[in-house]
Amino acid sequence: MVTAKKLEKSRYAAGSLAGECYAAYGFVERQFTLMKHYWLWEFMWILYSLSSSIAIGYGAKYMASAMSGGQIQGALSPAAQHLVIFMLIGSLLWGYLSGLFFDISNVVGWERWEGTIEYTFMAPISRITQILGMCGFSMIYGVGRTLLMLTSVALVFHLDLSHANIPGAMLVLAVGSFSFMGLGTLVAVFPLMSAERGTQITGIVEGAMLLFSGIYYKVEVLPVWMQVVSRLSPATFVLHGMRAALVDGVSTMALWPDIWPLIVSGAILIPLGLKVFSVGEQYCKKTGRLKRSG
Amino acid sequence: MTTTECREIALAVEGVSKVFVSDGRKSKPTTEDTESPLPWFARLTGRKRRVKHVVNNVTLHAVKGEALGILGPNGCGKSTLVRMISTLLIPDSGQIRVFGVDVATHPMQIKRVINRVSVDAAFFKKLSAMENLLYTARLYGLEARAAMDRATEILATLGFDPTNLRSSMEQLSRGQQQKVAIARAFLTSPTLVLLDEPTTGLDPKSRLEVAAFINDLRAKQEITLVLTTHDMKEAESLCDRIAILNHGRLVAIGTAQELKERARTTPDAPLPTLEEVFLKLAGERLEDADEVEAPGGE
Repeated sequence: MVTAKKLEKSRYAAGSLAGECYAAYGFVERQFTLMKHYWLWEFMWILYSLSSSIAIGYGAKYMASAMSGGQIQGALSPAAQHLVIFMLIGSLLWGYLSGLFFDISNVVGWERWEGTIEYTFMAPISRITQILGMCGFSMIYGVGRTLLMLTSVALVFHLDLSHANIPGAMLVLAVGSFSFMGLGTLVAVFPLMSAERGTQITGIVEGAMLLFSGIYYKVEVLPVWMQVVSRLSPATFVLHGMRAALVDGVSTMALWPDIWPLIVSGAILIPLGLKVFSVGEQYCKKTGRLKRSG
Repeated sequence: MTTTECREIALAVEGVSKVFVSDGRKSKPTTEDTESPLPWFARLTGRKRRVKHVVNNVTLHAVKGEALGILGPNGCGKSTLVRMISTLLIPDSGQIRVFGVDVATHPMQIKRVINRVSVDAAFFKKLSAMENLLYTARLYGLEARAAMDRATEILATLGFDPTNLRSSMEQLSRGQQQKVAIARAFLTSPTLVLLDEPTTGLDPKSRLEVAAFINDLRAKQEITLVLTTHDMKEAESLCDRIAILNHGRLVAIGTAQELKERARTTPDAPLPTLEEVFLKLAGERLEDADEVEAPGGE
């Protein structure tokens, strides 16, 4: 029983800030351990995502060449290069943002299937710790995966990013990630309430963002009412800001019109997501929806 | 209760009730079921919504250091009651206090002192026993190395083969998984442990190992246990007092001896078994009382 005494002297007492940070680390570690066990699946997923991005890049190259009446093979004209980068950024960013968004809701769905959600909810940690832990993993893994893919497509298409404002682009991405954390938390309530159908509902929200946010086109091509809706999606500002920084090399200060809406949406979506998730949790606790069996 | 009245109340369940509403497709009606108060909904959907009183005005107490058994057939409300104590379900009425703290209003305080073993050993099946236990240790703020040493210690006491510590949970037998679940609950040093049919699926040897572990722990620490089971022998050997639950209602509570005395037909008759006690006090045999579980809860 010597070890039992050691346990009581832990520096990370439940409820303290150190304890909450330690628990958040526990979520990140758990997700990386799970990923390690599913490494082949992850590897195949990266290959699939990379293939999709390269296919989109070649599609853009063909369209640019066809429109300008130029040659398909050989060096890209500046306009073609612009279009290829525009499409590739859309593809890579969508991979990152949808991955972050999906991971949060998927983890909740996964915990519902395994039945571990009851044990996670019984642990003496705040819900924000749980969400931050889950998002922490998604952000670290997502950034790593996106950088790997960006490097790969840059090599395939000989992209010239010498004029790109990479720190500015990273800033937009970082600020935008908070909005997606909030949005992910908001929709994670669906798999919480229904392990069977919840993840499908998150797919609907994801599809709507894909349509309205200008992933593969500028939102200006959309009908006016859709453009109005697009202003509600944080992905619109992330994509606009990232493209401005990477394609046009816009200075960080000039990215402010894209950054401030992201700060506002993050400030709204994170507390709103937590509140909705908390209401969903209470509903599940009232109706007995957390359990899988027993 | 004469020996326990002066001791601190660890668990107080006061007039607690829980109702689940189902769409009436999966469960057969029972005497405790009533029609939904929303007839317009039933007409609209063509389904009858059935209201099931899973736990019905239950009052019971457990003092600090006591092992309280809750005995009853499947679907009698045992697991629902345990879930309500462990903050996973909110009672519709009544109050549950753990060491004087209301479970509904101060769940975080309760979570620090309780843990639970459910009949279904829920784990991340791809992770190993150690990886699952490390995750629990992090959530409860336990130092990783000390927690792993402690987990290994508990699992060894339970007769868990140490070569399986690094195997994924899906490779372990039902009994081995249940032992890891027991280690997970005791790893966090709870002062109130809720054991919801912890030995279901275990072989007789493993059952004895679990019982020995619990008795050993109780001898060393003042730990309060709530043990739900339909195993009469287990209830009798591990519990100081036994509460009998049937159709969500508390039928009787007392020591095994008291319950047997109460069920004895004449003063000269031999003491009945707990099975016979259940038959007498609940008015039906344990297996007859089993019923199909309602969707959404027991």
